[in-house]
Amino acid sequence: MADKVLMKGNEAIAEAAIIAGCRHYFGYPITPQTEIAAYMAKRMPKIGGCFLQAESEIAAINMVYGVASTGLRVMTSSSSPGISLKGEGLSYLAGADLPSLVINVQRGGPGLGGIQPSQSDYFQATKAGGHGDFRMLVLAPSSVQEMADLTVKGFELADKYRMTSMILADGTMGQMMEPVSLEYDIKPMPEKPWATTGTKMEREHNIVNSLFLQPDALEKSNLERFERYKYIEENEVMYEEYMMDDAEICIAAFGIAARVAKNAIVEARNKGIKVGMIRPITLWPFPTKAFEAAAEKAHTFISVELSMGQMLEDVKLATKCKGEYMLCSRVGGMIPSPEEVLAAIEKANGGAK
Amino acid sequence: MIYKRITLLCGHYGSGKTNVAVNMAYDQKEAYKKVAIADLDIVNPYFRTKDSAKDFEDMGIELIASEYAGSNVDIPALPQQIYSICDQKDKQAIIDVGGDDRGAYALGRIAPSILAENNYEMLFVINCFRPLTRDAESTIEVMREIEYAAKIKFTAIVNNSNLGEETTREDVLKSLAYAEEISQKTGLPIKCTSVYNKLYDDLKNEIPNLFSLKLQDKIN
Repeated sequence: MADKVLMKGNEAIAEAAIIAGCRHYFGYPITPQTEIAAYMAKRMPKIGGCFLQAESEIAAINMVYGVASTGLRVMTSSSSPGISLKGEGLSYLAGADLPSLVINVQRGGPGLGGIQPSQSDYFQATKAGGHGDFRMLVLAPSSVQEMADLTVKGFELADKYRMTSMILADGTMGQMMEPVSLEYDIKPMPEKPWATTGTKMEREHNIVNSLFLQPDALEKSNLERFERYKYIEENEVMYEEYMMDDAEICIAAFGIAARVAKNAIVEARNKGIKVGMIRPITLWPFPTKAFEAAAEKAHTFISVELSMGQMLEDVKLATKCKGEYMLCSRVGGMIPSPEEVLAAIEKANGGAK
Repeated sequence: MIYKRITLLCGHYGSGKTNVAVNMAYDQKEAYKKVAIADLDIVNPYFRTKDSAKDFEDMGIELIASEYAGSNVDIPALPQQIYSICDQKDKQAIIDVGGDDRGAYALGRIAPSILAENNYEMLFVINCFRPLTRDAESTIEVMREIEYAAKIKFTAIVNNSNLGEETTREDVLKSLAYAEEISQKTGLPIKCTSVYNKLYDDLKNEIPNLFSLKLQDKIN
C-alpha cells in the first residue's frame, strides 16, 4: 500500500536478495543477524525458494558452494564467529571461481565476544577471509537503504567477476529500522557457460574444483585471478566524499561509524574547522586514489572505527604515511559518540585537548 | 486514555510495541501512583524497553527487565519479578511482549493468572509500513499466531503505522483504512492511533483517540 516500507537492516538484505533473484539461502542463527534467516524462512516457501537451516556454518557455506556451482544466485549470512567458521568455504569458493553473496553483521570479538555491534572483522574481510591468495569484494553499507542496494550490487558484482561479494555490516546496521524503497531494475544474469547444469549430451561436462595436480597450473590460475583483481581495483571502487573540498582534516569511516562522524563534522564545521570525510563503500577495493588526493590538502587523517585501527593501516598505505594520523575508536560492542569524534577533530585542529 | 490494571502489548516484530509501551507508562504515571513496565522481549537483542531506564527512574516508574537485556550476552531470559505484576494488584502494569508468536510464548507463563483476575487489555500493535504486515490479511494472520502462542485473545488494536521519523501526516491518514479493515474483520475496536509527537498537533482534530509518542533516543 505504500512506496516505502519500514525495515530492519537485516530484513532489507533478505528482501533485496529475493528481488535480485536469490532463491537459495543457507544459514545458521547467530545474533545480531538472525532476522535474515527468520525473514528467509517466512518468505522462501511462499515464492518457491529454498530456505535451509544448516547444522552448522560450515555446512551452510558448503551448500552455497553447491548451488553456486550450478550458476544460481545463492546467499548465506552470519555474524563474526560464524564467518570465521565459514573461512574454509570462502577459500574454496575463491579457488573454484564461484560467485556468491556472504553477509557478515559484525559483533564484538575476539572469541565469542558479545552481541553488540563491531567492525573488528575488517582485516578478516579485506585481507584474510581464508587461506590462499584471494580477495573478496567487500561492501560496507551505512544505512538500511544501502543494506538493500549493496545486496543487489553484491550479486551483480559476484556474477560479473565470479567472486564472493561480502556485505560487511555491523549489529547496529542489522538491527536499526529505517524507511526503504525497494525498486530495482534487475539486469539478467550474465551467461555462465562454466556452470554444472547438465550436459544434455550436447557439450563437454563442466568441472567445478579448486584442486590442481600441477603446481604450474595452480600458479597460472592465481595469476589470472590477480589480473581480474587488478581490473576491479581500477573499475569498481565506491566511496562517498563529505565536505572534502577544502578539508584540512580528513576523517575515514564506514558503516555506523560514518554516521556518527557526520554529526561530529557538522558540529566542527559550525566551529569553523575545515574537516571532511571519505566514506569507503567498497573496503576492497579500497578507495586508495581518493585518500591519495585528499593527502594533497589534508594534514591529518582520523580513522573513526569500531575496531583497534584496522582500517587506519589502509589509510596510511593509501596516503603513503605523508600526514599525521589519529585513531578514534571504541570496541567490544561500544560505539564512539559524536562528542568523542568532535574531541578528536578539535585535537587534530590543535584546539581543545 | 482509560486503562485496565494490566496492559499487554503484542504485535508483529518491529511494529513499534516498545515505543507504545514506554509512552503508555508515561501516560499512566500521570494518573496512578504505582506504575510498572515489564520488558518481556525474548526475541530482540537491541533497542529495548530497558534503553529508557533512566527516564523511568526519574519518573518513578518501576522497570521490570531481565538483567541480561541490553548486555553483551544473548540469553532469552525472563525477569523473575514478572510475578509481582500478578500478585501486587494495587499497581498498574504495562507488559511489552516480544515480537510475533515466538515472543508471545513468554506471555503464556503468566496468562492463567491474568485471565483469572480479568482486569486487562490485550493490545495488538499494527504497522502497515512493515513489509510482512502491509495488508489486513497478512496482519490478521500474524495476530492469530500471536493469540495462539500467548494463550490470551486480543481485546483492541493500536494503529502504530509509521515510517520512523520520516512519517508524514499523509502516511498516518492513509493507514486509517487499513486499521479500520482489520477492526471490521476481527471485531476488535481501535483503542488509539499513535503518532510521534511532532505530528500530534497537526492530526489531533482529524483522528479520534490520537496518542502522542515521545520517541526513544537513537543513533543518527
